[in-house]
Amino acid sequence: MFWDTAGYTIIVIGVLFDLLGCIGLVRLPDVYNRLQAATKCVTLGTAFLLFGLFLINGFGALGIKALVCAAAVLITSPTGAHALARGSHRGGVKLWEGSVIDKYAEENEGVD
Amino acid sequence: MKFIGEFIILFGVWLLLTWSLAPAQLIAGVVISLLVIGLVGDMFLFKAGRALNPIRIFWMIMYIPYLIWYIILANLDVAYRVIHPDLPIRPGIVKVKTSLTTDMAKTFLANSITLTPGTLTVDIKGDELYIHWIYVHGNNVKDWSKAIIGRFEPILRRIFE
Repeated sequence: MFWDTAGYTIIVIGVLFDLLGCIGLVRLPDVYNRLQAATKCVTLGTAFLLFGLFLINGFGALGIKALVCAAAVLITSPTGAHALARGSHRGGVKLWEGSVIDKYAEENEGVD
Repeated sequence: MKFIGEFIILFGVWLLLTWSLAPAQLIAGVVISLLVIGLVGDMFLFKAGRALNPIRIFWMIMYIPYLIWYIILANLDVAYRVIHPDLPIRPGIVKVKTSLTTDMAKTFLANSITLTPGTLTVDIKGDELYIHWIYVHGNNVKDWSKAIIGRFEPILRRIFE
């Protein structure tokens, strides 16, 4: 009973973080800022969802799978974001006009 | 030695995912582990002497709650910026210098940076990391390095170097 309550609470928190991440995707101005929302809020939200599932199901086929998936999401999501950001920059996607600095463009002009 | 280490890790993950000790599952697990090692085993950076050192394992276990704490702070920070009506962001790409040398340590550093407050690794060149920061402050490489990677470097050095 206790673990059910704890699990559902964590799932609700996870869904809230996912929702905030999605609001961020809509509101933030450019690719890079949107990736920030996608890698932080959505990764943690999804990890929380899976962890809540583990708390409800305990050490069984489903619970352990959820834990392994949470670990995989935490490792692969930042790697994917890194690849997307680098690809966008090399592909010529500009930073939002309110950005204050772009060291990467300054130091790598004409290199590729 | 490298082969045995890889096999134990892959077969362990297989056991966790199937969560069953039926002979058919075990045989399939062995076959698939060997297949994966045959295909991509060379890419795996495994040094048994380092990975099994208890001091490194201890710091690795200490690192997990430390990182989770910063991930939660990062989420509250980004969530606050997202729901604030004025959208208080000041984004830009900055450069930081790391003193870590091994590839594994740099990979972990880059992933940790991406998961923590307002920072996203864009590229690594040698010991320089280019990082997209949602709220830039400070104005030279030293300030940025201290603010972004200062909290991770000491502990990652203990784990990987």
